[in-house]
Amino acid sequence: MAAFTESGLGVVVVETTKPLIDIRNISKVYMMGKVELKALNNVSIKVFPKEFTAIVGPSGSGKSTLMNIIGCLDVPTSGQYYLDGKEVSQLNDDQLAEIRNNFIGFIFQGFNLLPKLTALENVELPLIYQGKCKKERYEKSLEALERVKLKDRIHHKPTELSGGQQQRVAIARALAGGPQLILADEPTGNLDSKSGTEVMDMMKELHNQGNTIIMITHDNEIAVHAQRLIRISDGEAAEDREVG
Amino acid sequence: MGFLQIFRIALKSMTGSKVRTLLTMLGVIIGVATFITLVSLGEGTKKSISDSIQSMGTNLINISITGRNSNRNVTYKDLKDFAGQNTDEIEAVAPTVSGRVTLKYENKTWETSLEGTSPEYETVRNTPVQNGSRFITHMDVDYRQKVALLGTGVINNLFGPGRNPIGERIKINGEIFRVVGVLEQKSAGENYSLDDRIIIPISTAQRLLRSAQIRNFSVQARSPERVNAAMFKIQEFLLKTYKDDSAFRVQNQAEMLSRVDSVTGAMTAFLGAIAGISLLVGGIGIMNIMLVSVTERTREIGIRKAIGAKRKHILAQFLIESTVISCIGGLTGIMIGFLLAGVIPRFSSMTPVITSSSVLISFLVSAAVGIFFGIYPAGKASKLNPIEALRFE
Repeated sequence: MAAFTESGLGVVVVETTKPLIDIRNISKVYMMGKVELKALNNVSIKVFPKEFTAIVGPSGSGKSTLMNIIGCLDVPTSGQYYLDGKEVSQLNDDQLAEIRNNFIGFIFQGFNLLPKLTALENVELPLIYQGKCKKERYEKSLEALERVKLKDRIHHKPTELSGGQQQRVAIARALAGGPQLILADEPTGNLDSKSGTEVMDMMKELHNQGNTIIMITHDNEIAVHAQRLIRISDGEAAEDREVG
Repeated sequence: MGFLQIFRIALKSMTGSKVRTLLTMLGVIIGVATFITLVSLGEGTKKSISDSIQSMGTNLINISITGRNSNRNVTYKDLKDFAGQNTDEIEAVAPTVSGRVTLKYENKTWETSLEGTSPEYETVRNTPVQNGSRFITHMDVDYRQKVALLGTGVINNLFGPGRNPIGERIKINGEIFRVVGVLEQKSAGENYSLDDRIIIPISTAQRLLRSAQIRNFSVQARSPERVNAAMFKIQEFLLKTYKDDSAFRVQNQAEMLSRVDSVTGAMTAFLGAIAGISLLVGGIGIMNIMLVSVTERTREIGIRKAIGAKRKHILAQFLIESTVISCIGGLTGIMIGFLLAGVIPRFSSMTPVITSSSVLISFLVSAAVGIFFGIYPAGKASKLNPIEALRFE
């Protein structure tokens, strides 16, 4: 694990232009009773550092399954997945947890903040599981909240914040752990159009600052904010083009 | 990630729902408080009986005659003669007859236990009298004098605390007796049975209680080393008279103590077992609440796992929560147990004794209960699939 962390510095990746994500012929099959359900069929995708990619597709197209696999929440039935050069498709639960903790920042549709914790405590969570000391946690969380312009709300609980603010806390939480990849699942799905625009602007800004972002959405209007668009249809990558 | 950090997370979720945490603790609190109180009552009973046996003196041998069918009974005089022939082993013999009597002084009445005995009783049973008093004399026995010695418990109830009853006349079962002495107080508690009694001459007692035959004798051995030899001689002597070794019982103090210990030990174990059941029920309560809590917090677990919590982190979080709940419950229960044990003597004649072992056992058991009943819910939480947990509403 240590070797992986050391090799995973953004600078190295940029110099060699190695793909950050290299998915090769991935399939995912679910057993629904006795019927096989193919959620993903032989999908291959490469994502390079600093890219802002949107994965679009209607519900049931397999894009959530693809996101779960990219986010190391799930493993494929067959195929290989190289994340920053390391094969991760055969890892166990705890190894995947460690990768999620150190390499991936999640932004969910439903924010998924812990309601009993303050904004600051929520942002600290990934750092807690990284084993960072109290001082470092506080500094990094504060910095992340500053980046999403919520420095004056750090002691508010999620219920005391608007939807847009909650999603910004979630973005700060995704940033706090210093991830290689930010994975956003319908980040504007639960927001009104004004807050949605605000969050999208923030995502673009993060991209401009050099973060690699993958965004899953069913909404083409949101997807055009990205640099590149991958359309998933019936478990296959049907389209892959530059946008914006 | 440090243990301390998981500890903080667990503590935070506990303080987040205070009422539920308190209700969960209640089972353990009641269990431990019951355990401490009941065991302290058992220990208290054991101690009071052991104390009364030990206060009788270390060289004491008790004879009780149980046989009824013999033509000839062993009398006080027989034993006195026997003691005179065996002065190497036996120091003195004191006969006793005892019964419950009603005392009356002016308009106050008091029921207590009476013992009729001889002057030897004072040394044989280690029963000194207070200043200004005298014990029963041979003259009192010979002339069936109606004189009485009172324990401090009797004086407190019949005369009032601190009053000097010497020279006063009291009625015992309707007959007038003169108070000639006060017994030295044997214990701190005022209702203690050793101090709630009166002593009168054996001959007077035989008439008062209408019991001609003396069935109990206390024998003082010359020294602790001679106790066994004295017992052997006594048994030999009694067997010669009764021809049946079930007609009498000869016991020394150690035997009496071990007998009491076995009875009170069984009682304490029984009381402890009852309390143990309530502790078990408390533990099941913890498991129940923790299972509900895991279901309720499925989403939280999903979020934590997605962000990078490993199985051991989730396992530790829930296990620490259940253990801390049961440990705090245990400590609270111990404090309540101490409180109850402190209050009990005000309402009853029992004196509870809290032993350090019962405190230690109840704390360790409550901690173990938290771990044991927390393992299953914590394991369940740690095995949740993050994708499904995040989807959980």
